[in-house]
Order: sequence, then structure tokens, then C-alpha cells
Amino acid sequence: MCGIVGLFLKDPKLEPHLGEMLADMLITMTDRGPDSAGIAIYGRPHEGRAKLTVQSSDPEADFEHLARDLREEIGGKVSLEAKDTHAVIEVEGDRLQAARDVVRTLRPGLKLMSAGEGIEIYKEVGLPKDVAARFEIARMSGTHGIGHTRMATESAVTTAGAHPFSTGPDQCLVHNGSLSNHNAVRRELRRAGMTFETENDTEVAAAFLSHKMDDGAGLGEAMEATLTDLDGFFTFVVGTRNGFGVVRDPIACKPAVMAETDQYVAFGSEYRAMVGLPGIESARVWEPEPATVYFWER
Amino acid sequence: MLHTATADLTHPASATSGEGVRVFDLTAHGLRALNAALHAVRDTPTNETVWEIVNTKGAHAIAVGVDAPLDITVRGTTGYYCAGMNKQATIRIDGSAGPGVAENMMSGTVIVEGDASQYAGATGRGGLLVIKGNASSRCGISMKGIDIVVHGSIGHMSAFMAQTGNLVVLGDAGDALGDSLYEARLFVRGSVKSLGADCIEKEMRPEHHALLEDLLRRGLADGKAKPEEFRRYGSARRLYTFHVDNASSY
Repeated sequence: MCGIVGLFLKDPKLEPHLGEMLADMLITMTDRGPDSAGIAIYGRPHEGRAKLTVQSSDPEADFEHLARDLREEIGGKVSLEAKDTHAVIEVEGDRLQAARDVVRTLRPGLKLMSAGEGIEIYKEVGLPKDVAARFEIARMSGTHGIGHTRMATESAVTTAGAHPFSTGPDQCLVHNGSLSNHNAVRRELRRAGMTFETENDTEVAAAFLSHKMDDGAGLGEAMEATLTDLDGFFTFVVGTRNGFGVVRDPIACKPAVMAETDQYVAFGSEYRAMVGLPGIESARVWEPEPATVYFWER
Repeated sequence: MLHTATADLTHPASATSGEGVRVFDLTAHGLRALNAALHAVRDTPTNETVWEIVNTKGAHAIAVGVDAPLDITVRGTTGYYCAGMNKQATIRIDGSAGPGVAENMMSGTVIVEGDASQYAGATGRGGLLVIKGNASSRCGISMKGIDIVVHGSIGHMSAFMAQTGNLVVLGDAGDALGDSLYEARLFVRGSVKSLGADCIEKEMRPEHHALLEDLLRRGLADGKAKPEEFRRYGSARRLYTFHVDNASSY
């Protein structure tokens, strides 16, 4: 099964409440996938700065003095905010790639969740309500975000196997379904220079989009290509620094409902995920068509 | 009080504004309590036959398994399987319906004021399902005697393996309509994106016009469309299952 939620705000007045709204939506979807949960939040970028989100199974040891050690390696101003098993490390914008390269040499146990100007990803094994509470998602503000609650089918129930997957700067993807040609596509992407952290099918879809966008494709164009190159069942919800997209495979048996008002665009695996949103009673509510790409950019 | 006439059905407000309406707050009392109360009516008939269910918040399995001549209005949009297995009751959804609305309905009437999600009326054995908006994919899949009238359009793979009953669509049909169809009759007024395996267009004879006229009237659509505007689709009966030499396989 799996449950997906997404929220792309048009009205800046709602931005302080993004985390709260998204966490509520995700918790409502708990019975679609209770084994792990994750959330990607896009905050307003800080001028000239960028950030990494990392995860550790031994956060106390790994995060201690990490900012200092990283500063010695890459220079500039480095700050670290630890949240449970995750930490957000902010660095100078032009040193993001350097920080990415060096951080896992400094702390080999770290897993990289996301990198970019706006994105932060938090994901763990456990119920959505517990995952949301551990990372204080409800207190986060932002412009858009995506959440996923997982019922695993294609790979193990681990932190790394939880969604969202991020395979490029400020990019992320969540998936309901299962891909059947992910091994073949992964081989092709590896040959093209992409790297993979897991054996998970969804990571392949994320990397496929990242690769297309690296080659210059826009969000819509990259999503269009999933319809011809990826085989299997999927409803994908995708985030970029300034965009939000949805696409379903041509058979479209994985459920999807969308709602749009002047204030936001929302996605839910089920309508009930969206019942708490402001003005939902008068929103335009529809099911995205099969094999049709929907995206919004600011 | 089995509603088949249009008079009561076309005025949804009239059933709920007067006295004697049992209003059930789903958020306050929960789904189990609702369905248990509705099921209890079968063995303990009551004069409280008009129900209104409020605060639904997209919940699943609302008014499933009702077996009594009740008149139920569900306020707001519903989740999976609303009005599933309905017998006798008239259930009106004053909003849109999630996947599997009126799945396996036996008798009675279900009316969706908005749109319906996937597999509306799936496997239905009897009764009437009216969808005033659009229905998405697999509408009437494996239907076995239910009548379905959709005022808007339907999605792909609708009436897949439909066995008997009637599907009437005032708008368009998506890809693969009526794939592997048995004896169900499909009437579509608009375009059909593609026909599924073994589904063909058939002649509209006088008896089909009469049948359609009745279906449009009961489906609250008689002012919206005329029988002569529709095309009929049905099984060509050429698949393996229809070949007499294969009879011993079944």
C-alpha cells in the first residue's frame, strides 16, 4: 500500500504552518503504511547558504564536534542542529559539494538524507506520529513539503529504505507502488555515473529524474519520461527547490486525490488526508488522470 | 419504502430538514457504532427510517451492509466502500465518493451527488447506482446485475468482465471499455476512447430504446439525455470462454 501526502503553498501566510499541516496529513495516512515514515520540507533558503541533512545510528558520537571538524576541512561558517537521529548542517552555499564529499569521511556511519538550499529530509522506521514527534515536524515552516508512510514490498524496512529519496540537490521523490524494471534502469544510470545507497526500486525512480534534470530537462519533461522508461505501478510525488509534481502510471490503480485552492495545492493518497486543510470544503478536488503529468513551480 | 421513483430522490434536502430525521455524528460516535445501528434496523424495524450522517471526513466503510428500507443521506465526501453490499436502502452521498462505492450492492439505490473514484459499483448484483459527476477507472468492473447511470464520463477499463446489468454513460468512456465482457449492456452517449478485447458496438433496437428510457428516468437523467443519442456496446462472444469446445474446462 503506502500513503503519500504533499502540500505546495501559494499563500505565504500559511508557511509557518506547513509542518503542522503536513504532519497531520501524514498521521491520517498511518494505516496505509505503518512501518516507516518520512517527510521532506522545503524551507525558505538562507542567502548564500546551503544545508545537508544527515542521519546516524549513533548520533551522540557522530554529531559531537562535527561542525568544527567540517569547518576545518571546508572552511567558512558551519553550523549544526541535531534533531534526534538527524542533523541539519548549514554551510556556505558554494561549499555544499565539498561538505557532501567530506562529511562521510569524517563520520563513516553517517547517511546523507538530502542536500540543497531549501530541502531537509527526516525519515525513520516507526509510526508516522512517532517519527513526526521525534523530529518536531509540526514546528517547521516552509514553502512546500512531501510525506510518505511506508508498507514495504520491494526492500527491507530500514531507515535508508524509507521515503522520500533524494538523489540530487533539492530534489526528492516519494512513491506508492512497485517498479518491475528497476534493476535494468539502475544499471543504466550507474553507467551514466549515478550512485545508489540502497537496492530500493524507488531510489531508482528518484535517480532517473535527477539524471534527466542534470541533462537539462525541466521537471515536467523529466516526469514525462517516467511514463516511457519506468515499468510497474507508481504514483510519484516529486519536489524540487521551487516545484511540486505528480504523475501516475497508465493503469493508475494506486489511489491519488488532489485539491487546489488559492492558498495551496495538496495531494493525498486518500481524501481524508486533506480534511483538516483550510478551505477544503470549497477546494477544487479531483483525481489526477493516468499517464498525465501535473506540476506547479513558483 | 423502497425508493425507485424520482420524486423523493431529486430533492435531497426534503428528506433531512424535517422532524424524525436521525442525525448521526460519525466523528463523535465512530464507524462501528454507525454500522451496528444501521444493521440493527434489519431485526428491529423502526419508524426512524430517515438518517443523516454528518462529520464524515472521508471515512471508509460508511453505511456498509445495510439491509433495511432506510433513506440515508451521507453529508460530505466518503472514503473506501461507502454503501457497499447495500440491500434495500436508498443511500445518497452529498459529496464525492472514494474507491469502491456501492461495491457488491444487492438492491436499493445509491446516489452520488459528486464524482466517484475507482471501481464504483464493482461486482454489484442488483439495485441502482447513480453518479451525477464523473466516475474514474474500472467503473462497473465485474458487475453482475446492477444498473449504473453516470451523468458524466467514466475512466479506463470500465465494465471489465461485466457479466450482466446495464451501464449508462451520458459522457465519454476511457480506454478498453468492456474488456472480456459477458452479457452486460453498455450504453455510451459520448466518445469511447477504445474498446477492450471482445467488446463491439451493437445495433440499438426498439427494446434498447425502451430499456434506456427507463434507466435514464430512474437514473435521474431523463431531462439530460435522450435514448436515441446513445450507442450500445456488448460482447462479441468470441473469446475462449465462449467457445463450445472449451466447455469441459469449466
